[in-house]
Amino acid sequence: MNENMTAHQPKLACPHLIGFNNGRPSLIGSRCANCGEVYFPAAAGCTRCLCTEMTPADLGDEGILWSWTIQDFLPKEPYNSGETEIDFQPYGVGYVQMPSGIKVESRLSVADPEKLRIGMAMRLDVQPYGKTPAGESIHTFVFSPITSAKGGENHG
Amino acid sequence: MAKDVAIIGVGLHRFGRFDGVSGRQQGAHAVREALKDANLSWDKVQVAYGGSQDAGNADALCNDLGLTGVPFINVANGCATGGSALASVIAAIRSGAAEIGVAVGFDKHPRGAFNPMPRDWGLEDWYGETGLMLTTQFFALKTQRYMYEHGITEDALVRVAQRAFRNGALNPNAWRQRELDYEEIATSSPVNLPLRKYMFCNPAEGGAAVVLCSAEVAKRHHPKPILVRAAVVRTRHHGSFEVFNPALAAQQAPAPTVTASKAAFEEAGVGPGDIDVMQLQDTDSGSEIIHMAENGFCQHGEQERLLRDGSTEIGGRLPINTDGGCLANGEPVGASGLRQVIEICQQLRGEAGRRQVPGAPRLGYTHVYGAPGVSGVTILERAGG
Repeated sequence: MNENMTAHQPKLACPHLIGFNNGRPSLIGSRCANCGEVYFPAAAGCTRCLCTEMTPADLGDEGILWSWTIQDFLPKEPYNSGETEIDFQPYGVGYVQMPSGIKVESRLSVADPEKLRIGMAMRLDVQPYGKTPAGESIHTFVFSPITSAKGGENHG
Repeated sequence: MAKDVAIIGVGLHRFGRFDGVSGRQQGAHAVREALKDANLSWDKVQVAYGGSQDAGNADALCNDLGLTGVPFINVANGCATGGSALASVIAAIRSGAAEIGVAVGFDKHPRGAFNPMPRDWGLEDWYGETGLMLTTQFFALKTQRYMYEHGITEDALVRVAQRAFRNGALNPNAWRQRELDYEEIATSSPVNLPLRKYMFCNPAEGGAAVVLCSAEVAKRHHPKPILVRAAVVRTRHHGSFEVFNPALAAQQAPAPTVTASKAAFEEAGVGPGDIDVMQLQDTDSGSEIIHMAENGFCQHGEQERLLRDGSTEIGGRLPINTDGGCLANGEPVGASGLRQVIEICQQLRGEAGRRQVPGAPRLGYTHVYGAPGVSGVTILERAGG
């Protein structure tokens, strides 16, 4: 990532997990050189075949919602959104099954149980989830339901 | 040749909240009660294993109980700490390394959900910082998927909690002794949907201890020894759906509960149908439902019917968590697994009072599950049955 690019990118909690292709984010993991098992985040070794030779793997930016919940209470540290009990906003959490079959745990942009269903198509995005004490927004990867019609966004 | 092992003493410090009483004091109380039950003094103990998550080194109990030089090994295995301590004492006695041993667990947690640090679990900081490393989330995500795959509805989640508090009300040692009605549970505030407030156990305080010896001399110490037919601990496999996993493998593998349970039944030479009373880890309603099938007590998806028709009640065919389980007792992590063992011992001795399973139960079963994917199972038998 060159300096020119970083200047345009938001502050990320996990910059090594996210790659950008033509402005679209995708998740970066690793693949076992021996058996092909995929890992996220990138792993030092394969827990299936015990091989230690791993190569980077682009997991893509779309998947299917495999399970979900709503985080309805403010997590304690090390959660660093900067929120308090008073201004805490519940957020969705889910596992999203990517094309390789791996299910990635992620925040969801939707926190309304009526709008989440196992099996729905999801797309990766990078969104703010909190602020540093200095007031700078911190971003992370988030999955959102793919809405058929533009304008039907679920951002609250 | 490996010796048979028996439980000859059990001791509990009630679970709950006890301001001004340290976790260690609660552990010491439990050990003293267990020794009294076995009619033994601390200086007769030849090996001890114990642990706590948040209340200090278990070995520090020697400062309370007596500095006898006993080999005392600290165990730190999350929710399976008690089960691991017990399995270690059993191994020591079986091998002949010790004649009498103690397994002890105690804890005292701060209020509210646990807040583990990613690095302690081999994970990267962002996983905690961005709000993904909560045990409650995992239980909700696993339950949600399980309900989807096996046709379980919220009704089953409510019924597990309802029975737990009903049994807790019969248990003078339970933290929660108030029965809750269906509506109160079903409409309690969401924590991590589909799981609500009264479907989750709370971190708590308490202590639990067990005294064991070789079975051949057990009757010298207690008139009703409980034989250990199996004590097994297993950790997760590649592909199993565990707590603290930023991703799950494409191919799902069975949980460590499944492998621990199978190994325990094999070791004991009995099957799930032979068990008269059982303790299954109920960190939350969903976990108990999943654990019913993972331990072999029913088929996946059959749980809802069993919960509805009363099979899992004290008088039913599968009496589960007769003391109210984690839901009514709370979870002092270090002590929780041994509480399960103590309840089964009391049931098999016929000393469980108002919550006694009828028909003189002979075989009992305990199961713990905890982070980061470890399960402990014991199978216990009333001697002379």
